Amino acid sequence: MTNLTLLIIVPLLTALAVLFSRNAAQVKWSSFIGSLVQLGLASSLMYEYVIARGLGLTSQMLFEQRYNWYSALNIQYYIGVDGISVVMIMLTSLVVVAGILISWGVQTLTKEFFFLVTLLSVGAYGFFISLDLFTMFFFLEVAVIPKYLLIGIWGSGKKEYSAMKLALMLMGGSVLVLIGLLATYFNTDIGNGVHTWDLMKIAHLHIPLQSQLFIFPFLFVGFGVFTALFPFHTWVPDGHSSAPTGVSMFLAGISMKLGGYGALRVAMYLMPEAAEQYSWIIVLLATIAIIYGAFATLMQKDLKYMNAYSSVSHCGFILLGIGMLTKTAIIGAVMQMVSHGLMTALFFGAIGMIYERTHTRQISELGGLLKTLPFLGTVYIIVGLCSLGLPGLSGFVAEMTVFVGSWQRPDAFHRIATILAAASIVVTAVYILRAAGKAMMGPIVNEHFQHLKDASWNEKIASILLIVAILAVGIAPFWLYNLIAPDAQLIMENFARGVTGG
Amino acid sequence: MSTEFFLLMKSELSLTLIIFILLILKIWDGIKDNTTWLHLANVLLLLNFAFGFIFNTTGELFNGMYHTNGLIFLEKNILNLGTLIISLQAFDWLKTHKHVSEFYILLLTTLFGMFFMISSGNFLMFYLGLELASIPLAAVVNFDLDKIKSSEAAVKLILLSAFSSCIMLFGISLLYGTTGTLSFTELPQLITGGGLQIMSLIFVFAGFAFKISAVPFHFWTADVYEGAPVPVTAYLSVISKAAIAFVFISVLGTLFVNFQSMYYNILFLVIILTITVGNLFAIRQDNIKRFLAFSSIAQAGYILLGLSAGNTMGTTATIYFLLVYIFSNLGAFGVVGIVSAYTNKEKISDYKGFYKTNPFLSWIIAISLFSLAGVPPMAGFFGKMFLVTAGASRGNYILVIIASLNMIVSLYYYLRVVKAIFIDPNETPIEKVEGSFSAKLAIWVCMAGLILTGFASCIYNYINNLSL
Repeated sequence: MTNLTLLIIVPLLTALAVLFSRNAAQVKWSSFIGSLVQLGLASSLMYEYVIARGLGLTSQMLFEQRYNWYSALNIQYYIGVDGISVVMIMLTSLVVVAGILISWGVQTLTKEFFFLVTLLSVGAYGFFISLDLFTMFFFLEVAVIPKYLLIGIWGSGKKEYSAMKLALMLMGGSVLVLIGLLATYFNTDIGNGVHTWDLMKIAHLHIPLQSQLFIFPFLFVGFGVFTALFPFHTWVPDGHSSAPTGVSMFLAGISMKLGGYGALRVAMYLMPEAAEQYSWIIVLLATIAIIYGAFATLMQKDLKYMNAYSSVSHCGFILLGIGMLTKTAIIGAVMQMVSHGLMTALFFGAIGMIYERTHTRQISELGGLLKTLPFLGTVYIIVGLCSLGLPGLSGFVAEMTVFVGSWQRPDAFHRIATILAAASIVVTAVYILRAAGKAMMGPIVNEHFQHLKDASWNEKIASILLIVAILAVGIAPFWLYNLIAPDAQLIMENFARGVTGG
Repeated sequence: MSTEFFLLMKSELSLTLIIFILLILKIWDGIKDNTTWLHLANVLLLLNFAFGFIFNTTGELFNGMYHTNGLIFLEKNILNLGTLIISLQAFDWLKTHKHVSEFYILLLTTLFGMFFMISSGNFLMFYLGLELASIPLAAVVNFDLDKIKSSEAAVKLILLSAFSSCIMLFGISLLYGTTGTLSFTELPQLITGGGLQIMSLIFVFAGFAFKISAVPFHFWTADVYEGAPVPVTAYLSVISKAAIAFVFISVLGTLFVNFQSMYYNILFLVIILTITVGNLFAIRQDNIKRFLAFSSIAQAGYILLGLSAGNTMGTTATIYFLLVYIFSNLGAFGVVGIVSAYTNKEKISDYKGFYKTNPFLSWIIAISLFSLAGVPPMAGFFGKMFLVTAGASRGNYILVIIASLNMIVSLYYYLRVVKAIFIDPNETPIEKVEGSFSAKLAIWVCMAGLILTGFASCIYNYINNLSL
């Protein structure tokens, strides 16, 4: 039996090891080894999960652990995983390894940097394994301080502004989630006036429609802020662009997924009837985000801002998938979370590595990098193709699944939304190809670019790791699909039961 | 007079004993050295704190004038702990001061008054305790004897204290006039309605609100906090506030049972105002003591939010939060105290670049501020969560929403300080300061409390069992 608590303990031990390291090399190596152990844990978890399902274990959550924490308030340390959480954990561990490798060159306050990055990962792992709403909220909020400090201290550009904006907006999201969770808690009477935070129990209770309609917006918008729900997406461009490379990878790759996961697992799963009623708003906002994000990206001149805005657009697909309320669309949303997590992490990584060498991120000042930096240039182009949805890479399968799921809603409104969302891919192609064409191909515009050194070992490992994952999803999407499908099915069943009032 | 008498009043008696020991030693005039005085006082306070854990019983004395139980003993011991930490932190400031023993005598007298206040079973006893807790406090506020600001703060405090006491006394007299008794056990049945009793509720409440510095009775707070020496500010913001909150739990909640809805409505307004105004004013402060003063006003609003629940959950959450609040606030004040004692710098802008010279102290103050902001994994997160949960238990989501949204504002100004310390560049940051062993010990105690109190749910459960 896999012990899920290890996923929290190992990063914590890593953080301690970093804290007690004597020099920068020790700091880096201990956090790298720690992240490798996490990757190993995540892989073995995935393996064991598949085996367990293969053996026919049908309970919704596996590897559960449950301890009373604050018994007076019925708060438990209750953890467990289903297919969706397993893939999110896998994604987290991949991005953590890559992020740490790419941050190898951090010079100032190295110990503090790696300590805070490791703390960030604790929050993500904890969030994905929690099945108790209180514990989940705890882990959601843990990341606030590390994010603020990481951007504020090691960031670039208008970092103070961005760090503050990000911290406050994410805090705002958490606060909305908090209100929603409290209202949920007090609407769960499990006998004798006792309430519960237990996600699985609440899912099988019937919360009155009136309460659902009140709670759902808080939960959904709260989590939505994390995943760049329009119009609460404004922290994304500033936050991601100002953050140091490793942290942008982390923010876009993992932190934004906390929101999508929460919106699906908490808001939608627990409040099915309200989700049905409000779904048109979600679809509308998601479509706006997709199109607005795509066109905003078109206007950007800075590679990092470009990728940040395209994240807004791509995260729109996640929310679109959730809002469509069909099984396929939900599977697509989860796949898009994974795909976008890997892709955008690598994207930010590639941009960071290029910036470190060229000291500019302006597309107009770049050119011909493929000639001097063949490895990095290739990485950039691969990830760009993934972003625009080239078949064979993860972006295609995820977006395709979302579209197929969305098309299952036959009415005009949903059809139009689907068509508009699908059309945005054209815009994506324009900005990706334009940037890749200008910066990677073409003549070398700057003398100084002649002498650039290509990727070092750590950067190569990080890039290859993520590219392999992208290819694995893109070429053989069925394993991911099969992992997620049963759980999406369960979510839909709960949904059907809620809507029919059964 | 039996052993029971001694056991029931053991907290008060042990404090009296310390006061007398210090007084006699002072008269004897044998100890010349400040350090010895300070160590002696700290050891006595430590013993006093340890003594608070044993021989706890339940009972009442003097025909119900004085009562105590497990919960009250716990409350008193929380105050003991806070006083001990403050005393440890005061080391750097007091070691060159001329009047160490007087400081302790006065400070402990106020604590003594608070104990009576918490244990009182009658308005007479309560008022006695309240005055005993307020008057010596003004003297302590003035303890930076050569600073004009300090004297100004003391005068402000004593005058406004007197006013608020008058108002409260007027309320009490109205209550006596309409019911003919001052006993807390008899009053609830006799308070049944009528204009005079409503007025008395308002007056008594106003008196309380002044002491806990709730808006609109908060104006004294910032000036007094700014003028007082740092350890005294810490004492005012933590111990005084906690003591009043404890009285709130035992007195106001039960006394006006028949005015439940009205009491709740008043609280509702005061909470919203307190949290919002406290937060908005905190944004604009540059003096770190004023800043902490306004932040503590906002925190008082959250404390009232927990109290407004009026059930076990609310009581537990409040006491738990106050315990956490002691650690968080004293952690911050500990650092501010060390810096102020050695460099006399008290502005937030002075703290720019503090991390370069004092990484350890920087982390301490950052962690304390994050705990005040209610960010996990610090205990402040749990404290605030439970308060808000308790507030939500009555189903009043307007209150919950306003209180929660205010957390964003509070995060903003706490982050402003963190930004100054960690991010803002500064050519001439505060030089490296090295606190005394006592001050560092106090800081470590706060840190341990901040990190462990949240995860060790047994503390919460223990309080919950006592307050059932």
